[in-house]
Amino acid sequence: MFLTDEEKSMHAGDEGEAVAAAMDLLIRYGDALGAERLCETRNVAGTMTQPSPAKARLFAEGGWAKSYAVINLDCDDDIEIPRMKVPTCQLQHGFGEEVSGLSPYPSRNIELQSDAESFFSDRGVNVLATCTPYQVGNLPVRGEHCAWMESSAVVYCNSLLGARTNCEGAASTGAASLTGKIPYWGNHVPENRYATRLVQADVRIDSMQEWGMFGYFVGEAVQEERPAVTGRLGQPILDELKHFGAATATSGGVEIYHIPGITPEAPTLEAAFGGHRIPEAIEYGPAERRAVYEALNSQGTSEDVDFILLGCPHASLTQLADIARLLEGRRLHDGTELWVMTPRALRSVADRNGYTAVIEAAGGHVLTDSCPAMSRTAPAGARVFATDSAKQAHYLPAILGIEAWFGTLDECIQAALTGRWRAELAAA
Amino acid sequence: MSVVMRGRGIVAGVVEAEALVTGDGISGWGGIDSSNGTIVERRHELVGECFTGKVLVFPTAKGSSGWSGHFQATRLMGTAPAAMVISVMTTKAALGAIVTRVPTVIAAEPDPVATIRTGDIVRVDGGAGTVEIVSRATTPTGSR
Repeated sequence: MFLTDEEKSMHAGDEGEAVAAAMDLLIRYGDALGAERLCETRNVAGTMTQPSPAKARLFAEGGWAKSYAVINLDCDDDIEIPRMKVPTCQLQHGFGEEVSGLSPYPSRNIELQSDAESFFSDRGVNVLATCTPYQVGNLPVRGEHCAWMESSAVVYCNSLLGARTNCEGAASTGAASLTGKIPYWGNHVPENRYATRLVQADVRIDSMQEWGMFGYFVGEAVQEERPAVTGRLGQPILDELKHFGAATATSGGVEIYHIPGITPEAPTLEAAFGGHRIPEAIEYGPAERRAVYEALNSQGTSEDVDFILLGCPHASLTQLADIARLLEGRRLHDGTELWVMTPRALRSVADRNGYTAVIEAAGGHVLTDSCPAMSRTAPAGARVFATDSAKQAHYLPAILGIEAWFGTLDECIQAALTGRWRAELAAA
Repeated sequence: MSVVMRGRGIVAGVVEAEALVTGDGISGWGGIDSSNGTIVERRHELVGECFTGKVLVFPTAKGSSGWSGHFQATRLMGTAPAAMVISVMTTKAALGAIVTRVPTVIAAEPDPVATIRTGDIVRVDGGAGTVEIVSRATTPTGSR
């Protein structure tokens, strides 16, 4: 891989041991990918504060510097960690103090994370603590090179914003933060951003549930490829595309998609394919829609629901308002818990607007920073959960060993109020 | 005569061990349990199988960006595979191999997923980028 004089100097240690270790990792990574060079980035979204058994052990050995060196730089040396060189945010991590008493989440993890937040805040990391940084102040510009983790944020960043990022990991973002560099490969290269597959919706896609199911179908159908989607699509809003993208990156590995006339790099279908031949469309019709619904509901048998999870990816203000409206003056079923996940910055607006008070008066909880899947925790004794998120329905049964139901927001709220899962797929 | 597959060597080193092969992509976050080195994704054909000490042969590193971190955790917890052979090059596969620090070959031809069977003894040379079947499993085991 070609290195500039500045990059060679970083590698030689002219900016300190941590920067040298970061450059070394970037070189190994870039060479593995076959990247021709690195590119500059001033927007990194990574993770360093979330506790894990391995991280706790490294912390005990040598503090957060040791943890960052091993996990975020793949370096075993004892090195000092300087201030981040370029703007960096912490994505979602573990739960904070607010989960105490709501779940058996270990208090030791809460202490460790709080300590890590202090360490990394001192080094310039913005603790956004959300899987949706684009909702709370990190909104990249079209064409900007980013180094982001979190598959649902990556697909949003590339597709909706037209900024450029690969699906990075803890080590590559850790190295990017200290150098302002990331391999120029994959989605950073314009010709790798054109669509390669076409998926056509023959059923109307016009709600959170429909966009989520359609995304789950698209991901399964194209796997790691780049879809353009057309057909009977309503005008989407942020929330719907947040769910759509998250689902494509769950059943498959989609990092960029195009919706002609909607997303910035696809003014037309032809432009989405960069003038290349447009392939035959993969059809999404009533049978495919039904199959997705059944796959997402194949992990539930008991209709006694004891846990409702909303806000995956983290809920928007619109979603919080909808949830509050449905719960106004109602009371959750005794023995059924409701958690709504949102970024802390939006939670403060929800507090101000009264949404939090309505949800809490009904017996629900508005939680921030994390989610049951990230923190591997749920209300004590939860056995059957329901959600409006294809992503959470896919992952949580594997992570927590509980049953899952997938439905609309209304069905989830009804389950929260009655403790029973009563849902069916609306006619296409 | 032994079969040799050639691809891109990602992490140098030579390992000879038993293969665990799957046609399904593998998720890191939500797909494996790093504390015991097993596949936990419910819809995965290898659910419940342990990959520790084996040559893990699979088509794609799929799902969350936590992929590399979770495979790195298998190294830190002593449950890592002995080597990895991955069909498709992605950032998750490349970075995951680097931080797991086990010999890895990506994008080898002919396709290892179709060529290697679970239980075969294979030799992975991550420096040369080769994967060789040393001996075939005597009786078919596992899912393939």
